[in-house]
Amino acid sequence: MLLEGRVWRFGDNVDTDQIIPARYLNTTDPAELAAHCMEDADPEFPGKVRPGDILVAGRNFGCGSSREQAPLSLKAAGVACVVAASFARIFYRNAINIGLPIVECPEAAGAVAQGDRIAVDLGAGVLRAGEASFRVAPFPEFMQRIIAAGGLVPYTRQKLAKEVQDP
Amino acid sequence: MAMTATQKILARHAGLERVEAGQLIEARLDLVLGNDITAPLAIIEFEKLGATRVFDPERVVLVADHFVPNKDIKSAMQSKRQRDFARAHQLPHYYEGGDGGIEHALLPERGLTRPGMLIIGADSHTCTYGALGAFSTGVGSTDLAVAMATGKAWFKVPAAIRVVYRGKLRPWVGGKDLILHTIGRLGVEGANYRTLELTGEALAQVSVEGRLTMANMGIEAGAKNAFMEPDQATLAWVDARTDVPYEVVRSDHDAPFEATLEIDVGQVEPQVALPHLPENARGVSQVGDVAVDQVVIGSCTNGRLEDLRVAAKILAGKKVHPWVRLIVIPATQAIYRQALEEGLLKVFVDAGGIVSTPTCGPCLGGHMGVLAEGERALATTNRNFVGRMGHPKSEVYLAGPAVAAATAVRGRISSPEEVA
Repeated sequence: MLLEGRVWRFGDNVDTDQIIPARYLNTTDPAELAAHCMEDADPEFPGKVRPGDILVAGRNFGCGSSREQAPLSLKAAGVACVVAASFARIFYRNAINIGLPIVECPEAAGAVAQGDRIAVDLGAGVLRAGEASFRVAPFPEFMQRIIAAGGLVPYTRQKLAKEVQDP
Repeated sequence: MAMTATQKILARHAGLERVEAGQLIEARLDLVLGNDITAPLAIIEFEKLGATRVFDPERVVLVADHFVPNKDIKSAMQSKRQRDFARAHQLPHYYEGGDGGIEHALLPERGLTRPGMLIIGADSHTCTYGALGAFSTGVGSTDLAVAMATGKAWFKVPAAIRVVYRGKLRPWVGGKDLILHTIGRLGVEGANYRTLELTGEALAQVSVEGRLTMANMGIEAGAKNAFMEPDQATLAWVDARTDVPYEVVRSDHDAPFEATLEIDVGQVEPQVALPHLPENARGVSQVGDVAVDQVVIGSCTNGRLEDLRVAAKILAGKKVHPWVRLIVIPATQAIYRQALEEGLLKVFVDAGGIVSTPTCGPCLGGHMGVLAEGERALATTNRNFVGRMGHPKSEVYLAGPAVAAATAVRGRISSPEEVA
């Protein structure tokens, strides 16, 4: 999968309260969540983010609460991929489970700026930013199967169907 | 090969002799947990799975605690979705209202969390139950959905960091102070993806409630789970709440720990974490002159009976500073009742504080104490991120109940020594 888009830059320790503040957790509607995505970190983000944009952050992206509304709001806002120097584990797990592409790449996180255009080739494990190119570690095979299925729910549905056919 | 207690619990639940750090496994779950924020989303995914029943109604616990009593129509709709699901699937462990409380105080109190269990919850503070010798970790709603349907989840077996507490506790220092100091030493990402095993002879001076507080905040250092080996005090506490048999699991003496952090608790004074990260912890004497608008005593971190007793001891016969709103929230109905019987609630009300029904409310800026622009709170809660308790330009300082009570009296962040 090749994802090419415009960069939104954020710093270290962007927590889930900044990604989607708890005052909006009284809904599960993705469009409503997207309308407030990242607003406490950058009030202009929800109005200006465009489908295909790529979010690039520093260390420990998505720390804090386990709210899946965080990756869900990014996905619904059209964010194609999140690149970070590192991810907090629950966010990492949630992103894979709902099919939001994420890439851990400390070198790239340090090298790109707001508004840059970058390209992430998930299959080849390469991130390109202008002249520079960075290696991205591939996901373990098991996670690749979840991602290929489109998330944990379709993956589990396929698995359960197979168990019924072939107990 | 030697294993940590966490690795042993994971291996047993995966039907494996041994596991090692980094290994991906599928494990059987003893208990799964959701709440009024995370379960509604999980129920949608559960339905997308085509699932018609939960794997075991006894093992699915749903608690309405975040936006309850419901703060608006939307949150009422979310609570209703969870309640309807619990009724449709005849879940015996559905809790709300007079039967309820904040999940991570409620489940241990009900004897639902025991040593050796494997528990996941769609709430990041699910790591609390590690204080009782269980493996427990926070997940998202999709994991909860699949877990409710299949009774299983995938895990990457974590490596581990050990923290050893030695020495004698100073006056007014409790579990909250030790864990804030520990997070200050490790950093908010210091234990990311790892087990945080908390050990050392000094922990014998910390009550089981204080240990629940410590494990509760393991996530604030990024940990996948916190683990404390049960001692006699833990087992007596658990046995007073359940007859269900359990197995105590201990780390091997040569278990693999990536790093060991030694902490002399005699050097730790009551702690305060400054905005906007829990790692900004320092001794209360190092905070400087900081006036506050609101003090909150409660949450899954510090809303237990011991916390209320500590606060009441300081507040008895005193008045809350006229410019401060003190909000006290017993974490469960059982704690509320006990605090009522002991006269603790009267102490808070006589001091000019207000007492709320159990709710997570203000901790996450939901309701029951949301901050305005420029306002500052000191809270016994667990997170002080930007906008955590309200306006993005408000501030949250974290501390234990002793500092919180002292701060409520003086109107500025204070050591309990200054008022006691």
